[in-house]
Amino acid sequence: MKLRINGKTIDIDGEKSISKLLQEKSINPLHVVVEINTNIIVKELFGSTNLKENDAIEIIRFVGGG
Amino acid sequence: MNNPQNKTESEEDFLVIAGQKIKSRLITGSGKYRDDRLISAVLAAAQCDIITVALRRIDFDKPHDSVLNFIPPGKIILPNTSGARNAAEAVRIARLARGMNLGAWIKIEVINDAKYLMPDSVETIKAAEELVKEGFIVLPYIYPDLSVARRLADIGVAAVMPLGAPIGSNRGLQTVDQIRLLIEEIDLPVIVDAGIGAPSHAAAAMEMGAAAVLLNTAIASSHSPVAMAAAFYHAVLAGRAAFLAGLGPQSDTAVASSPLTGFLE
Repeated sequence: MKLRINGKTIDIDGEKSISKLLQEKSINPLHVVVEINTNIIVKELFGSTNLKENDAIEIIRFVGGG
Repeated sequence: MNNPQNKTESEEDFLVIAGQKIKSRLITGSGKYRDDRLISAVLAAAQCDIITVALRRIDFDKPHDSVLNFIPPGKIILPNTSGARNAAEAVRIARLARGMNLGAWIKIEVINDAKYLMPDSVETIKAAEELVKEGFIVLPYIYPDLSVARRLADIGVAAVMPLGAPIGSNRGLQTVDQIRLLIEEIDLPVIVDAGIGAPSHAAAAMEMGAAAVLLNTAIASSHSPVAMAAAFYHAVLAGRAAFLAGLGPQSDTAVASSPLTGFLE
């Protein structure tokens, strides 16, 4: 299924939770905040929230800033 | 509020924001370092308690990259809303920042002007209204305009952060007279943010009664950031101590320090 992650369209196969996606991308869940279709997903729900066709996902982290 | 006599009565001089007692009056940014590994050493040298960060999309090519790797636990993280061009975007970024589960502090920064990076007062006020309602500890970055600061104080922000000069310009307190008005009139911490380029600028801001200073470029763009962070640490302490001590009066003419009589008279 196709979905958008950080503005890029990607194709993934099968059901996948946010936790699984982060794990595959080697991303520490404690260091990111995830938004799906502009709704923020609380970290407790990363494991139980599955990605769906056409979802727009934003994975955001803290970077240096003033 | 800004009467030095009142401050000296307290045994310990804390910066108080939203009821929290904070030791350091130097707030540093974490941006623009040629190597993020410098950040921990800079924070240690600056001895600061509050650090600003920004939010951006993760880089899938560097999935482990996070500025949090370089910020020791126990510091107050002050995320900014940089990148926001209006109130709605600032609110969205603030909510994302809070989703990180590292507190509810937020520096509102709404900018439309790419050349001077001047903050948009109207959108900043709108964003502050919403974020205060949502329980954030709101520190807006503003032009030092008294009526804007008053509106923000009425809304319930935790501090106001007027600019001294354009962001990253290192040009010091160009807006000194306007900042002075805010310090005199606004019953909230006034934190000079942006423009401070040298320890002497930071000391000057503190001497006139600023509650704290926030700077980033001055340290990050210096030849030796860790040494410069230490210099700012001392400058802020000195400026604060001078404010508490109460500066002597200025005069247009000389006022002799030695007896005015002739040597052998």
